[in-house]
Amino acid sequence: MGKIKTIARRSFLIGSVAVAGGAAFGVYTYKKPYANPLEDELYAGESTLNPFVLINKEGVTIITPRAEMGQGIQSTLAAMVAEELDVAWETVQFKHGPAASAYYNNAMFAAGVPFNEFDDSFVAETMRSGMKKLGKILAVQMTGGSTATIDGFDKMRMAGCSAREALKTAAADRWNVDASSLETENGKVINPANGESLDYREIAAEAADARPATVPLREASEWKYVGKSMPRLDMTAKVTGTAEFGIDVRLKDMLYASVISNPKLKGKMNSFDASEAEKMPGVIKIVDLGDGVGVIADNTWRAFNAVNAIEFDWGDAPYPDTQAGMWDVLEKGLSLDPLNTLRDDGDVVKASADAPDGISAEYRVPYLAHSCMEPMNATALVTNNGAEIWTGTQAPQVAEQFAAEALGLDTEQVKCHTTFLGGGFGRRVEYDAAVLAAKLAKEVPGKPVKMTWTREEDTAHDFYRPIALGRFNAFFDNAKNLRAFDAKISSPSPTYDAMGRLGFPVGGPDAQLTEGIHNQPIDIENYRVYGYNAEVGVPVGFWRSVGNSFGGFFHESFLDEIANHRGVDPVQMRLELMANYPVARNVVEKAAEISNWGSKANAGSGMGFAHTLSFGTYCAQVVKVSQVKGKISIDKVWCVADPGLVVDPKNFEAQMMSGIIYGLTSAIMGEITFEDGEAEQSNFHYYDAMRMHQCPEMEFATLSNKTHIGGAGEPGTPPSVPALANAIFNLTGERYRELPLNKHIDFV
Amino acid sequence: MKLTINGKVHEFEVEAEMPLLWVLRDELGYTGTKFGCGIAQCGACTVHVDGLPARSCSTAIGDVDGSEITTIEGLGTPDKLAPIQEAWVEHQVAQCGYCQSGQIMSAAALLDSIPSPTDEEIDAVMSGNLCRCGTYPRIRAAIKTAAAKMEG
Repeated sequence: MGKIKTIARRSFLIGSVAVAGGAAFGVYTYKKPYANPLEDELYAGESTLNPFVLINKEGVTIITPRAEMGQGIQSTLAAMVAEELDVAWETVQFKHGPAASAYYNNAMFAAGVPFNEFDDSFVAETMRSGMKKLGKILAVQMTGGSTATIDGFDKMRMAGCSAREALKTAAADRWNVDASSLETENGKVINPANGESLDYREIAAEAADARPATVPLREASEWKYVGKSMPRLDMTAKVTGTAEFGIDVRLKDMLYASVISNPKLKGKMNSFDASEAEKMPGVIKIVDLGDGVGVIADNTWRAFNAVNAIEFDWGDAPYPDTQAGMWDVLEKGLSLDPLNTLRDDGDVVKASADAPDGISAEYRVPYLAHSCMEPMNATALVTNNGAEIWTGTQAPQVAEQFAAEALGLDTEQVKCHTTFLGGGFGRRVEYDAAVLAAKLAKEVPGKPVKMTWTREEDTAHDFYRPIALGRFNAFFDNAKNLRAFDAKISSPSPTYDAMGRLGFPVGGPDAQLTEGIHNQPIDIENYRVYGYNAEVGVPVGFWRSVGNSFGGFFHESFLDEIANHRGVDPVQMRLELMANYPVARNVVEKAAEISNWGSKANAGSGMGFAHTLSFGTYCAQVVKVSQVKGKISIDKVWCVADPGLVVDPKNFEAQMMSGIIYGLTSAIMGEITFEDGEAEQSNFHYYDAMRMHQCPEMEFATLSNKTHIGGAGEPGTPPSVPALANAIFNLTGERYRELPLNKHIDFV
Repeated sequence: MKLTINGKVHEFEVEAEMPLLWVLRDELGYTGTKFGCGIAQCGACTVHVDGLPARSCSTAIGDVDGSEITTIEGLGTPDKLAPIQEAWVEHQVAQCGYCQSGQIMSAAALLDSIPSPTDEEIDAVMSGNLCRCGTYPRIRAAIKTAAAKMEG
C-alpha cells in the first residue's frame, strides 16, 4: 500500500476550525487554525476528520499527542474524544501521531501566569487567557507541568464532537435527511426513523469534506467515559513486552551506539585516546563529538565496552569543584536582590521588629536525578533528504529543531517519531539524546543509529533538580499568636536554565524558586516570600513538581515547627490559616478524618501532616511512621486531593500513588553530590529508589469542590516529603531540615 | 551457540562474555526484556533461564549456552494473556511500563516456587525490581490476584 501525499488539500478542515478556532464555543478567537498534520501522511482508504481523528478500514484511531510516560494521558485524552464521538472503548485505537503545531499545549503557558491558583479575579483570568493565546502562537507541542488533561479537556471533546457531527452530516447527505434527526452509537450513524445505519468507516471520506452545524459539548450528566475509570489502552502492550519504547526501536540495517561526554558538565574535552576502542569487536566508527566521544558498533553492549575503553582528558567544569563551594553560592545568593517577591503581605519588617518571640530555621535540599527506568536513548537516520528521529520525548518539535540545527538542516527536514517513554518526570523535555543520535547517524548516512546511554552516563548527565536553601523566620506575640512569616529561598532557577536550553529564553521572576511557598492557600497578616536566583552552573531542569519539590518541604516543615512552638495541633492550625479557602479546608479536614488524626488509633506511631497546592490540585497527606529495630518504617500514607473534576478515578489514584513514592524516595535517599566537578553517584547502587519492602500502605480520597480542573502527575509529590519529616519529628522529637533523611536516620 | 527462547531454537555466534540481555535484544530482537542498569540492581532485565529467574544483564551468554529461556513475550501474548498478565491488567498496574516485564517475570518465578506468597515473601523477592513510577502497591495486589487465579 503506497503512501499518498495529500493530493488535493481540502479547503476546509472542519475539526481544525472547531478545535482551534472554536467558533461554536466562543472561547478562542484565533483566525487561522494550524494545518492538520495527518493530511500529509494518509494512506489509501484513510480519512482524517481533524488533527485528532483518523478513520480507516480498521476503524477509528484517536491521535493522543502527548507523551505517554506513565501517567495514562493517552488513554485519558482518547476517552475525551470517544466520549463525544460515540465509539466503543474496546474498538478505540490510539497513537501519538506526528510532531506538529496543531498539537500545541495551551495550558502549559496559562500555568505560567504569576497568579495563584485560587485567584479567579478578572486580571488573573485575563492574563491566563492571554497566555493561552501565546501558547497557540508559539504552538509548542509539549507534555509537562501536569497540564495535558487541563489542556485537552475541551479540545479533545470538541474534536470528538466535530467529527461526530461531520459523520452525521455525511450520512444525512446520503440519506437525504436532516443531520439533526440522526443519532450515533458504537461507531455508527443511525437514522431512528427507519433503523438504517452507516458505519463511520463507510462515510469517513465524505465526512472529511462535510461542513456540519456546530453543536455544544455534552453535559456531564450524559458522560459515559469521562469521570469513569477506563481500562488503559496501553496496558496489554505493557504487560506483554510489546509496547515500543525508544530503546526498542528496530530498523533495517540499524547500527548501535553509545556516547561518553565530559562528566564535568559543560566542560571541554582536551583530548581522547580511542586506540584500544578502535580494535574492539563490532566497532564500526569512533566519532569525536567535541565534548565527548561516540562509538558506533553492531551491538549496544559492544558499543558500551568500546566507549568505556576510551581514555579521556577532560577540561574543568565552569562551576565550583565541590558541593561545599556550591552551597557557598546559595548562601551568597541570599544577599543579592531577590528575583521574585511574589508574596509580600502586610509589613514583615515592622511586625518582626515589634515581636517579642520568634523562631528560625534553615532547610537544604540536594540535587536530584530524574533516574528514569529507561536510560536516555534515541535513534536517528540521516539521508540526502533530511533526517528522522525515533525517541521517547516530551517535546518532539524541540527535538526536531535541535537535531536539525546539529545536522545543518531546516527543521522541516527532520521528523520526530514519539515512542512510549520509560519514565519522563521532566527529564525528557530535553533533546540531548536526539541530538547525539543525529550527530552519530550523520557519520553513517542511510543507516539508522540507535544511541543508548549506560546508566552511569544517564546519572552523570542529568539536568538535575536544583539544590535549594531556605531561611525561614516566624514571629509571635506574647500569646504565641503568629504575627509574621518570612521566607527567603536561594536556588538556581530551573526555568531560566531549562527554557534557555529549549530555545525559549525567559526573563523576570521565576515563580519556581518559591512555588509551594508563596502561592499557598493560607493567610498570615504579615507574610513575605522572596526567591533568590543563585546561579551555580550545574545544569538544572524540571524535576517532577519542580520548585514545589523543595518549596513544599520547606513550607510545610516550617508550619509544623510553628505549630510545635505554639503548642497547637498542626492540622487545626492550618485550618485556621486556611479560613478563607474552603476548598483547601475541605481537603485538610478529609485527610484528618480518614487518617483518624489525633485519635488513639495511632498511638505509638509518628503522624505527620502536610498540604501543598500545586499544578491546580490541592493535596493533603498524612504519613504514619514507626520504629522497627531502631529504623524508621513508613507504614501508611493517606492522601486527599481535590483536582476539581477527576477525569479517570483509577488513573488519578495511580498518579497520586506515583507522586508520593517519587517524593518519598527523594526524602529518604535521593541525593546527587559533586566532587571534582563530577556527580559522585553513578548507578542504582549509589542512587537507589524506594523498593517494594519500603513502600507504605496507601489510602486515597478525592474531592471535587474546585472549579478549575487541576493536574495529576505532580501534585502528589510535594506534600509527601514534609509529611514524612513531620511524622519523624512527631515520633522521635528530632527535626531534620536537610535532605535526604538517611543522612540522619536509618530506614527499614 | 544455541538458545531455546520461548520454545524457539536460535543458533548464533557471539563472544562468550556478552550478556544474555544483549543477545536477546540486539542479536535476536526480543525487546520486551529491558536494559535498566547493567549491574543486576534494577531487575528490568529479568528472564527465566531453565525455569529460574535471572538478571540477563549480568548473565554471560557463555554460561547459559544451550539453555531454555523464557522472556516476557513467552509468558503470554496480547491475544492470549497468561493469568499473571491478566492480573496485571485487572489491577491496571503499569504506568510507564518499562520495568513491568521484569516485575512480571520476577513475580511469575515467585509464584512458581511459592504459589501463595505472604507479604514478606513478596517483599523478599520483589525488592530486587525497581519501579520509578511507584506501582508497588498494585504489583502486590496483582501478585495476590494472580496467585488466586493460578490456584483456582
